Amino acid sequence: MLKIKNLHASVEDKKILKGINLEVNPGEIHAIMGPNGSGKSTLASVIAGREDFQITRGKIEFDGEDLDDMAPEERAHKGIFLSFQYPVEIPGVTVTNFIRTAINETRKARGLEEMPANQMLKMIREKAELLDIDRKFLSRSLNEGFSGGEKKRNEIFQMAMLEPKLAILDETDSGLDIDALRIVANGVNKLRTPENAVIVITHYQRLLEYIVPDFVHVLHNGKIAKSGTKELALELEEKGYDWIKQEAVL
Amino acid sequence: MNLKEKLIASFIAFENQVDLDNPVHEIRSEAIRNFEQKGFPHRKMEAWKYTSLDRLQKVDFSLFPSKDNDLEYRDVKKYFLHEVDTYKIVFIDGIYSSYLSETTHDGVDICLMSSALSKPIYKPIIDVYFNKAASREETLTSLNTAFTREGAYIYIPKHKAPRKPIEIVHFSTGNEAALMLQPRNLIIVEENAELQVIERHQSLTGNETLTNSVTEVFAAKNAIVDYYKVQNDRESASLIDNTYIRQKDNSQVSVHTFSFGGKLTRNNLNFYQDGEHIQSTLKGVTILGEKQHVDHHTLVHHQQPHCESHQDYKGIYGERSTGVFNGKIIVDRLAQKTNAFQQNNNLLISDKASVNTKPQLEIFADDVRCSHGCTIGQLDQDALFYLQARGIPKKEAAALLMYAFANNVLESVRLPELKLRINKLIAQKLGVRLGFEL
Ligand SMILES: Nc1ncnc2c1ncn2[C@@H]1O[C@H](COP(=O)(O)OP(=O)(O)O)[C@@H](O)[C@H]1O
Ligand SMILES: [Mg+2]
Repeated sequence: MLKIKNLHASVEDKKILKGINLEVNPGEIHAIMGPNGSGKSTLASVIAGREDFQITRGKIEFDGEDLDDMAPEERAHKGIFLSFQYPVEIPGVTVTNFIRTAINETRKARGLEEMPANQMLKMIREKAELLDIDRKFLSRSLNEGFSGGEKKRNEIFQMAMLEPKLAILDETDSGLDIDALRIVANGVNKLRTPENAVIVITHYQRLLEYIVPDFVHVLHNGKIAKSGTKELALELEEKGYDWIKQEAVL
Repeated sequence: MNLKEKLIASFIAFENQVDLDNPVHEIRSEAIRNFEQKGFPHRKMEAWKYTSLDRLQKVDFSLFPSKDNDLEYRDVKKYFLHEVDTYKIVFIDGIYSSYLSETTHDGVDICLMSSALSKPIYKPIIDVYFNKAASREETLTSLNTAFTREGAYIYIPKHKAPRKPIEIVHFSTGNEAALMLQPRNLIIVEENAELQVIERHQSLTGNETLTNSVTEVFAAKNAIVDYYKVQNDRESASLIDNTYIRQKDNSQVSVHTFSFGGKLTRNNLNFYQDGEHIQSTLKGVTILGEKQHVDHHTLVHHQQPHCESHQDYKGIYGERSTGVFNGKIIVDRLAQKTNAFQQNNNLLISDKASVNTKPQLEIFADDVRCSHGCTIGQLDQDALFYLQARGIPKKEAAALLMYAFANNVLESVRLPELKLRINKLIAQKLGVRLGFEL
């Protein structure tokens, strides 16, 4: 589904990603871990199509198509979803209006009719319930004055509404207490099918107890320094990142 | 003959048409002298640095349209807030249209300036209020005063509120090649009375129109006045709006100015707080394109203690449009505990658009809260990416962000039908499809 080959990316001539190789297949869950500043969010943004980052070498393919030159919205229409580490506050646009617009634009791009209002409402109700989101919350301005946890939950709510093929969750666990974490993880798991895939970016192995990865990768200094299975996450939790850094130096 | 000469030359003819014994004759004469002395404002004056009237002065405007023009309601219905019942004071090329209007004398007076100036029963009120808020120094206000003849006259006695909002609408038909209009409105809202007014100037063809309008509003104790100015005129229309508002204790007056069109628009909005516990609200949404120009000059003069003023102007400038916001706040030494808030935020969505924004604070009291801020910026790139990443195309995402930016000024609009109208107008201006109810 997603094939990243020797990806190099920079921002304002600063090299951030330095040769990433990653392949994600349908049905898989990949975890990406790594110290602060190692380039995890950059990788997520580059996959989602943020224009501030220049791809200097390598490429990203999604379902066999080169993503180069594809606008962020086109990638979204193809089924890529990024849950932001820092969701943006947008005063004046309610959660509901936003999600309706996003869904209908996506449907339009796929040559479908707009979703009928009653069907939309029903879906909103179901997904809100799944994530234990209060209805009142949905008429508030998008992310404005939301707590960290509310923002993250709202991201997953949008993911649930948009039903992406590939979901990238960038530190969705930060800001969530244990109950919220369980609800969010449960939501993610319920949405899984053999056709879709998830990339979970996290610092801690805590989330991975609920969303169990098939593969774990450690990003360090713009490269994947180590890949393994879920045991690698446990090892990292125990030993910290220092040993990876040392290995990387060697 | 330039416009100034033409105006002065026609003044005598004008006065001969109207009643020379009229009590306002003296006021008119004084006003024309002021205009004759000072002429039109020019770019060398600080307050007119960014707005030039040079081109307009070269246009050969007719000052007194020769014939009555009729309009069918169905042809101009869309310019009215027809979703609700309203009183209407309608003028066509400066001449009152009784056919399109709905006035009343039932408990309140919603009628014409021309009758207020000529009928003896109104004389006591004219003596007390006419030209008592308007400036005698501002030359364009004097020009209007000199030619005062027609406009809206509204008198709301104590404890009264008209059953419905009032629309003051000026149409210009284009039957004259170029037309200059000088409407004059006088609005008096007595103690504990209430009023809602919507004012609009609308050209119906591409012929040039210049409107130099003066409105005086007097809000007595506890009065509540909401005034909405809808400026969405054609490229051929220019408007100079001079509004003067005097408020007494505990009164609340708000003016919302929606500037979406017109070639050149200058809003001189002046609030004088002559009492305690007064609230003044000045809000504006400006969305311009092409080579349109809007200049907002506001003044709030706090003269007494414990008063508030709240200004919030938002502007979105595209193409080669230009904007000005100049917000002056004066706090007299007496006016302790004043709370004055002023905010002006602008988005430039084209390289060729520009805005000049300037707060001007003159504060002579020490125990006051004054906050002001202005920003000129582009769209938030993080927000744009966020929306795009959720599948909203860049153009729509930008429109949605601009819509949200402008729309929050509407929170204080207390007429739901008007709010919806303006909502839609903003969406239309920005090319946002409102795929949702508001
Ligand atoms: N827009 C940007 N401009 C300049 N530097 C950036 C920008 N975004 C990220 N960086 C830098 O790139 C590096 C990687 O950041 P990031 O991808 O956010 O790391 P992580 O998510 O792993 O903490 C950091 O050194 C960060 O300062
Ligand atoms: Mg990060």
